[in-house]
Amino acid sequence: MKREGTLPPSSFSLKTRTGRVLLLLFLAVLCTCILGPMLGNTLLSPLQVIQTIAGASGGANEFIVMNSRLPRTLVSLLVGAALGVSGALLQGVVRNPLAAPDIIGVTGGASVAAVAFLTYASGSVGIGWLPAAAVCGALLVSMLIYMLAWKKGVTPMRLILIGIGIAAIMSAMTTFMIVVSSSVSAAQAYLWLTGSIYGASWNDMYAMLAAVVLLTPLALVFAGSLNAQQFGDDTAAGLGVRTELDRFILLFISVVLAGAAVAAAGAIGFVGLIAPHIARTLIGRTFAPVITASAFLGGLLLFGADVTARTIFYPVDVPAGVFTAAVGAPFFLFLLYRNRNHF
Amino acid sequence: MGMLEAEALTFSYDAGPILKNLSVSIPEGKITVFIGGNGCGKSTLLRSMARLLQPDQGTVLLDGEDISRLKTKEVAKKMSILPQGSSAPEGLTVEQLVRQGRYPHQSWLKQWSPEDETMVQQALNATSMKERGSQPVDALSGGQRQRAWIAMTLAQGSDTLLLDEPTTYLDMAHQVEVLDLLYDLNNKEGRTIVMVLHDMNMACRYAHRLVAMQNQTIYAEGRPEDIMKEGLVRDVFQMNCRIAPDPLFGTPMVIPHGKGRKNHVAFSAASAE
Repeated sequence: MKREGTLPPSSFSLKTRTGRVLLLLFLAVLCTCILGPMLGNTLLSPLQVIQTIAGASGGANEFIVMNSRLPRTLVSLLVGAALGVSGALLQGVVRNPLAAPDIIGVTGGASVAAVAFLTYASGSVGIGWLPAAAVCGALLVSMLIYMLAWKKGVTPMRLILIGIGIAAIMSAMTTFMIVVSSSVSAAQAYLWLTGSIYGASWNDMYAMLAAVVLLTPLALVFAGSLNAQQFGDDTAAGLGVRTELDRFILLFISVVLAGAAVAAAGAIGFVGLIAPHIARTLIGRTFAPVITASAFLGGLLLFGADVTARTIFYPVDVPAGVFTAAVGAPFFLFLLYRNRNHF
Repeated sequence: MGMLEAEALTFSYDAGPILKNLSVSIPEGKITVFIGGNGCGKSTLLRSMARLLQPDQGTVLLDGEDISRLKTKEVAKKMSILPQGSSAPEGLTVEQLVRQGRYPHQSWLKQWSPEDETMVQQALNATSMKERGSQPVDALSGGQRQRAWIAMTLAQGSDTLLLDEPTTYLDMAHQVEVLDLLYDLNNKEGRTIVMVLHDMNMACRYAHRLVAMQNQTIYAEGRPEDIMKEGLVRDVFQMNCRIAPDPLFGTPMVIPHGKGRKNHVAFSAASAE
């Protein structure tokens, strides 16, 4: 490792490889904000998109860009970012690279709540309450996992084992509800469970923006603690980490981000697993840059999946979750294979 | 300098009591070694004093202040702990590991400073790990790995260093390598060192003060020469032995009774002298 001067430059400095990777990822995210609104049945030029966003052109383009493609692009970026950060935090807290919000039951909790809502309450309560139900489900189930894992403190291993058990129960409950419900709500539930950004609105965008913009910096405050936690609880505590408190806060951030993402876009799988892995491959294991890169990469992954889903099979709008799963499931198996010596 | 004391500690696991109303005071600038049989509570005592365990009753005082009331980062600036069986993430380099020792001095406002860098370089020098700074920790030998971990605790900049069985799983040469390093840290820099050791002969050779534990409490404490007697070994370890001076250091050496092959030639030669 080459160093300039006596101080190691901060990971966010452009003098380092990490800093340059983060800058490139950020620029890529900016590009997608133009690229997203360009793509679709009617192709638009970058200039047309910029003019429309700036409010200079009117008419049909404005409707397509401002009501459909731009919010959809931004929501896919933000949902992906939330899932990426959520996954990076969770993998750090449980010190296991196979952890992700969808694998240890957090997404499952949101799904049960959402499907229960669609099956039993959608007639009487407005569909606008679905996201709230999903977030509550995620929080309730993660609290349940946390309490079941508690025994004079929560160890990462108990957390992940109980999480996987709860995920299985949640999946069984979801299936049960779909089987016994009417075909209309079952179809709705299926679409939701696969995860789709179809029909993303500006309200979804603002809600996700608030979650990501507030919680990601908060996660970065705890990045140093996460670095120390990787040595195990005893060493971390010896270094002055408040292990239980920090773990609780980090899990809370992770769950709220995953819950918000699931509320906006349904149970999109694997983004929370893959984004942190790519981030670590690109820039190592220091958490502050890994969390930042996971946000960018998560956004890019989901954007890619959603654009593919809505353009290739046009006019059919395939749920983006199909593509994240198609890429993610083999990737998960690959990780299991590569980590086979650790279990 | 950090003054460390335990007052009337009581601690139990589900299985039963481990420490009963135990008080001990650690002399400043000396090497103190806890010895005792398996399960006698010596690790529990060390971990309680390091605030890794919360005792049921009693207090641990650091510079006269209750350690459970101090900010944990402030404690980490005065006292470092090397727990048993620490493991570093795969591929982490020695220098990256040692940098983690600066955690208690950092906050999200105060990032890496020149002082942090100086302390890291000093820690690498003191442990002779400087030239291995860019090597992954998991590729080092057992003794080097332990030195890297000790370098991390030194980077914390604390005067007191607690180590839980730092020589377990090391072969004899690596044990001496690690204990010599701790001896130098005490002798040259005046650091207070507290550790749990299994090997009584090594304990007698390096410790200024021994604390022998038995039955959830302290059986005896003092200079190895004063307390390491055949009676102590019999009571604490349920083993008969003979104590003879170490031929190289003159410190007490425990030679256990028991079975084994005898070299009669050497025996008769020795008795003829």
